[in-house]
Amino acid sequence: MKSVVKGTSYVLVHAPDMLLRNGTTQTTERIVNPDSDYLKKLPEHIRSYDDALSYLPNQAYIGNLDPVALREHEQPWFDKKYDKADRFGSFGEIMPQEEFYFMIQAADEFELVRLEKGFVEEYKEKFFANPVLTDLIKDRIHDGIEKEALEKLLEDDAEGLYIGDRLVGAVKKAHDVDVALTSHVLLENLASKASNILSLLHLIKSAGLDPDEVDYVIDCSEEACGDMNQRGGGNFAKAAAELAGFTNATGSDTRGFCAAPVHAISIAASLVAAGAYKNVIVAAGGSTAKLGMNGKDHVKKDMPVVEDVMGGFAVWIGADDGKNPYIDLEHLGRHTVGTGSSPQAVITSLVSDPLERAGLKITDIDIYSPEMQNPDCTKPAGAGDVPVSNLKMIAALAVKQGDLERAGINEFVENRGVPGFAPTQGHIPSGIPMIGHSRQALLDGDVKRVMIVGKGSLFLGRLTNLFDGVSFMLLPNEGIEEKSAVSGDELRKIVAESLRGFAQSLLSEEEDEQ
Amino acid sequence: MSILEGKKVIAIGDRDGIPGPAISECAKSAGADVVFSSTECFV
Repeated sequence: MKSVVKGTSYVLVHAPDMLLRNGTTQTTERIVNPDSDYLKKLPEHIRSYDDALSYLPNQAYIGNLDPVALREHEQPWFDKKYDKADRFGSFGEIMPQEEFYFMIQAADEFELVRLEKGFVEEYKEKFFANPVLTDLIKDRIHDGIEKEALEKLLEDDAEGLYIGDRLVGAVKKAHDVDVALTSHVLLENLASKASNILSLLHLIKSAGLDPDEVDYVIDCSEEACGDMNQRGGGNFAKAAAELAGFTNATGSDTRGFCAAPVHAISIAASLVAAGAYKNVIVAAGGSTAKLGMNGKDHVKKDMPVVEDVMGGFAVWIGADDGKNPYIDLEHLGRHTVGTGSSPQAVITSLVSDPLERAGLKITDIDIYSPEMQNPDCTKPAGAGDVPVSNLKMIAALAVKQGDLERAGINEFVENRGVPGFAPTQGHIPSGIPMIGHSRQALLDGDVKRVMIVGKGSLFLGRLTNLFDGVSFMLLPNEGIEEKSAVSGDELRKIVAESLRGFAQSLLSEEEDEQ
Repeated sequence: MSILEGKKVIAIGDRDGIPGPAISECAKSAGADVVFSSTECFV
């Protein structure tokens, strides 16, 4: 059975104060160089919600702008505004930080998150006005506590939630000595869970998903939850499914750095193809740690710190409906332990090997979606344009294989990919942001084949020097294959012919012996 | 003779460009002594 992509959702959360207080570039700098120029200048480089909202790549991420159209806007994009910017797009939304603090409180099951009373009164109605919110979420919002009580929590190692200098909430630690349950870890995990839930709520609305029909959820973010006896015990997936109202679902977490989402999609598609489950959701929330990760370079270049949003997404993989594009499970790409690390070996394993097995060439793919990092963020930081680098390597291999003229590399990069538009949130840009746009292009018949590529930096965990990569093709659905039905008469005819043939062969043998 | 012959090399690679082990192998084949090799992730 084919596994099809029935819908997608993509959300962003504008989190400027979490950037300042929780991003690891900033927390590390406060420890090693607390009086640095960077920390002094950083607040001047923080964008307002409206600036983040009208930012072209963000509008492309939530589905308000075709990423191809980004080419019409000269880079950099941080000094330009999208004139049709909207908080809500066809895939999701860009949630303001104030409202996200409510989502974090709603995601908390252990009375660890407290918001300030005045803050709740001020923003509750605005939060409740969000059309994707369910009563399940709204009913969980507390009235809040007095500011003095919040300040007392901070004295007991809680992490503060701020709007500018105003303390509006706190996340408590969940254990006196357990380093896996500190307030810092809990804030990271609850923020990931909350943005995952937001993605799931948008999927329900944008894709028409019935929460009761979901069988299984796979979380593919980059956080770990557990206590000191099982630091990475999990399960973000089931925790998010619970508050999304997926009563009939269970789930599990798939980890693999930035490659995890592509692994998770192939696992989800396999579960559906095997008939184990009918509807599997692959989802992820965002990372507070990566907010402002390249902030030092952005401040040095006197530009806004564009890593001010957390990302989230959800992809609905379902049984073949004869309509939606399907995931080609027969021709998955994978970087193996023995593949090696030269660019040629990497691209061969991820791109040309699966294509060759499918009887296709590199030039037979209409859209490649390798790592989709926003170049506005990476170029000033010296990391180049990641999607373009990957597309050039794919084009170079096509040249080597004789399928593309050397002079055609730039055109290939221009036409077979789109500019990067996803925030540098690790697993968020990993090829996945193009599934929503590509699904629509495949449904409209604008493209025939799409390849999604994810890569993961395993070496960061210090267990191996290897990195990882996986890929899959998204193909148009040409309808449910008719099962060949054989009538009783035809069956009798086939059996009779077979027996006649067998008898004939026995007769021939007897004649030969005589 | 290669310009890297007998030289000590520190290889800093990029996951989406040329990773550290690939740079190391090239440098070694050119006669260099790779004293440190790492791959970085900038995203």
